[in-house]
Amino acid sequence: MSWRNPWSELEVLRRELDRALGIEPGRSSTPPRVAFLPGRAARAYPLTNVSEDTENIYVQALAPGLDTDKLELTVLGNALTISGVKKGIEGVRPEAFHRSERAAGRFVRSIELPSEVDADRVTARYASGLLTITLPRAAAARPRQVQVTLG
Amino acid sequence: MAEKTVATPVEAAGQASEKETTRAEERYIAPPVDIYETPDGLTLVADLPGVPVDGMNIQVKEGILTIEGNVKVESPGTPVYREYELVNFFRQFQLADTVDTDRITAQLRNGVLELTLPKAEAAKPKTIKVELG
Repeated sequence: MSWRNPWSELEVLRRELDRALGIEPGRSSTPPRVAFLPGRAARAYPLTNVSEDTENIYVQALAPGLDTDKLELTVLGNALTISGVKKGIEGVRPEAFHRSERAAGRFVRSIELPSEVDADRVTARYASGLLTITLPRAAAARPRQVQVTLG
Repeated sequence: MAEKTVATPVEAAGQASEKETTRAEERYIAPPVDIYETPDGLTLVADLPGVPVDGMNIQVKEGILTIEGNVKVESPGTPVYREYELVNFFRQFQLADTVDTDRITAQLRNGVLELTLPKAEAAKPKTIKVELG
């Protein structure tokens, strides 16, 4: 075959370097690529901001265009899991697209909350593409004012 | 449709950048868009989370389509950790002459803007029947 893989030399060099550094073959020193195109495919979705006050923990997720019927929230201990579907554009031939920057599809994301929450009283609101979840702290995790008595 | 503003790289989508025109001092994010062709024209779909209907400002001036979204969000409590920053959205596109600017329609639902840009009648393909003589 006249065609040569231009990267084969580099591959050999990398393997040699790995061996010199004592890295076992097949296990690259660089972390594996999660997806061919890094970025939106490998990124955590939805992006979330977490804030708190003495009563509640608030989770705000940047999630436009969700299918509200398929949106699911699960709370267990101090872990919140958001799963759902972001609707893509259907029925359009791929060659009709001029630009395709919006990612779509199924997603699952778990977030560790700063404290335990009362799962029964969690409320969520979805408005203008923002999901706001209010999670009341569990009674045991609420800060308590301690009165100091002078003795 | 040619791009007037540069798309925010996906890796930096959570961070805001400065508008290139020096006079506007506010920070903004270029929203990701899908643009596709339909038999009647073009459809533009953009993700604009946190923008209410009255915060949307869409303009066509001298063939340039400007999409501006002013975010209105209340964030209760004190931040614990943040992955994104909600600032206003801004993006511009150069429109082709074939777009009928008077008939552009827009719809905003769940933070997704859908703009329909119909083709001008003159730009639509016409089938001409050939009659046998």
